[in-house]
Amino acid sequence: MSVLVVVECADGEVKKSSLEVASYGAEVAAMLGTTATAIAVGEATEANLATLGEQGITKVLYDAEPRLKDFVNNAYTKLIATAAEQEQAKIIILANSNIGAAVGSRLSVRLKASLATNVVELPKLNGDQFVVRRGAFSGKAFSDVVLSGDRKIIAVKKNSTEAKHEAGKTAEVASFSAQLSDTDFADAPSQVVMQDQAGGILLPEADRVVSGGRGMKGPENWNLIEDLAKALGAATACSKPVSDVDWRPHHEHVGQTGITVSPNLYIACGISGAIQHLAGVNSSKVIVVINKDPEAPFFKAADYGIVGDVFDVLPKLTAAVKELG
Amino acid sequence: MKFLVCISNVPDTTTKITFTPDNKEFNKAGVQFVINPWDEYALTRAIELKEAAGSGTVTVLNVGEADTEPNIRKALAIGADDAIRVNAAPQDAYFVAEQIAAIAKEGAYDVILMGKESIDYNGFQVHGMVGEMLGIPTVAPAMKLDMSGNTATLEREIEGGKEIVTVNTPFVASCQQPMCEPRIPNMRGIMTARTKPLKVVPAVGEPARTQVTEFALPPKKQGVKLIPAETAGDLIKLLRNEAKVI
Ligand SMILES: Cc1cc2nc3c(=O)[nH]c(=O)nc-3n(C[C@H](O)[C@H](O)[C@H](O)COP(=O)(O)OP(=O)(O)OC[C@H]3O[C@@H](n4cnc5c(N)ncnc54)[C@H](O)[C@@H]3O)c2cc1C
Ligand SMILES: Cc1cc2nc3c(=O)[nH]c(=O)nc-3n(C[C@H](O)[C@H](O)[C@H](O)COP(=O)(O)OP(=O)(O)OC[C@H]3O[C@@H](n4cnc5c(N)ncnc54)[C@H](O)[C@@H]3O)c2cc1C
Repeated sequence: MSVLVVVECADGEVKKSSLEVASYGAEVAAMLGTTATAIAVGEATEANLATLGEQGITKVLYDAEPRLKDFVNNAYTKLIATAAEQEQAKIIILANSNIGAAVGSRLSVRLKASLATNVVELPKLNGDQFVVRRGAFSGKAFSDVVLSGDRKIIAVKKNSTEAKHEAGKTAEVASFSAQLSDTDFADAPSQVVMQDQAGGILLPEADRVVSGGRGMKGPENWNLIEDLAKALGAATACSKPVSDVDWRPHHEHVGQTGITVSPNLYIACGISGAIQHLAGVNSSKVIVVINKDPEAPFFKAADYGIVGDVFDVLPKLTAAVKELG
Repeated sequence: MKFLVCISNVPDTTTKITFTPDNKEFNKAGVQFVINPWDEYALTRAIELKEAAGSGTVTVLNVGEADTEPNIRKALAIGADDAIRVNAAPQDAYFVAEQIAAIAKEGAYDVILMGKESIDYNGFQVHGMVGEMLGIPTVAPAMKLDMSGNTATLEREIEGGKEIVTVNTPFVASCQQPMCEPRIPNMRGIMTARTKPLKVVPAVGEPARTQVTEFALPPKKQGVKLIPAETAGDLIKLLRNEAKVI
């Protein structure tokens, strides 16, 4: 019996959320007195996979089939299911990403496993009860869920657990083949289009986020948001009305009907703090609100606030960050 | 083309979430329930595709108890042709997926559309499970869906970009913005919805695999520390030295 961790890679690197998942998996394995094996998906290099030892992974399985570079639901499901059988994995852990959660739901049916997505903490073992805490009501609450049965799948929310680094430890990288055939790639994408990310930082994985609302007045003013984001090494985001009128692309829209983020730092500029917006950001560790209206509801959910005009305040903040060096 | 649109009945997005004193159940008192916002994209897009093709049917499906019927009627008012309600409390995603898969199979639906995820339990699970149960592709989450004959071209959102995916019917897709502009019911729709067929069927399948034991609310913030706009730069020092996040 072991714990199987699904590690997503892109451009040769292990994604940040997968480093978190690897650490999480190693901790679950330790709780259960076993070891954690990883199965890598996406474009990886052996050298980078070996460093998963730093997160506590002992062995990494890697199928070098080139068509596994892009996400193919069926092929990924079969790959992971085959690895789970080989490793006799009772617990499979993935990132709660558009890849991890999509594969997780198929796997749960194929492997007759119970599944919890959006998990925010390590499991609790109460006797033979296996309990996980997951985000519910779109960031407004948590629910504790008992996973029953012999096999369990957990999809861990990004930025909710920390990746550990034990320098110098390496994992054994073992080649692996799930014997995939053409039919497994029938639902392969015909094209993959990547957007330009501000500074190359993906919003769902970002440690810091600078976000703008209608108070920014128009898309032509977004350089103020982008300058601060760049200085901080942050991703950019926006409120729903801003993406609805195409000031910003849809993938930047955070909130109950957009994406949920949990960075260490969320800076809201000219956003009122509607309940639907707060739901998507309230698990951020530190929230800063800049709004000219002292009564804006967002201040109640904030750690730090500045009552002022974004056009005056933002350049001051950017300058202060640059001064820090 | 036969479309099956699965709708979930969820608390309105403005709801302040509270639980019963033992934290075991969601407190429904005074809460207004709506069609899950993402499911509205699925419903509207199905109706648009049916209209564009000039033929076909749109069936809405909900797994829920009788109190979900007002929202099923609303979906009929928006333009679905008929509805099915599986008469059971939705125990978990697996249980719900079993019900949907059984109905989809029996009715030989070509296109099964859902929302990206429910805004109450945030599973992002049901679509993948249904696809796997039926042995057909699932494209989730889809930002765009076009059909030409039996072939669908979809844009799937991935972190940092999108994929273009082509699949043949039957398939499952879970929908999100900017797929379409969700429609709202008009007067005529509301009138005709009253007489459209709504079939109630019993649940099938195995019991749920997961069980919620308790709910919790996020910890409250300590209160905001205000920094004067004139000395806004001080905020950055606090973020470094006090909050230690930069
Ligand atoms: C079903 C449904 C789902 C929704 N989902 C989401 C969601 O997922 N995410 C989301 O964000 N919203 C969502 N909304 C919309 C939400 O209710 C609010 O309308 C929205 O969040 C408001 O966006 P805003 O704060 O940018 O704009 P406003 O509410 O217009 O706020 C603008 C703010 O900017 C301030 N301001 C103006 N000028 C300046 C200035 N010069 N300097 C400083 N401050 C200034 C104002 O004081 C005001 O507080 C949803 C709504 C519904 C009905
Ligand atoms: C009284 C009550 C008790 C519950 N107890 C539990 C519990 O103990 N454990 C637990 O895990 N869950 C419980 N739930 C949650 C419920 O079972 C969820 O509806 C189910 O888990 C699916 O939600 P999801 O977030 O996983 O769906 P997602 O996978 O996020 O939903 C994706 C899409 O599937 C479709 N869909 C989802 N639900 C339905 C539905 N009911 N009918 C038709 N289509 C649907 C919609 O198109 C939706 O957009 C309970 C719900 C209620 C009302």
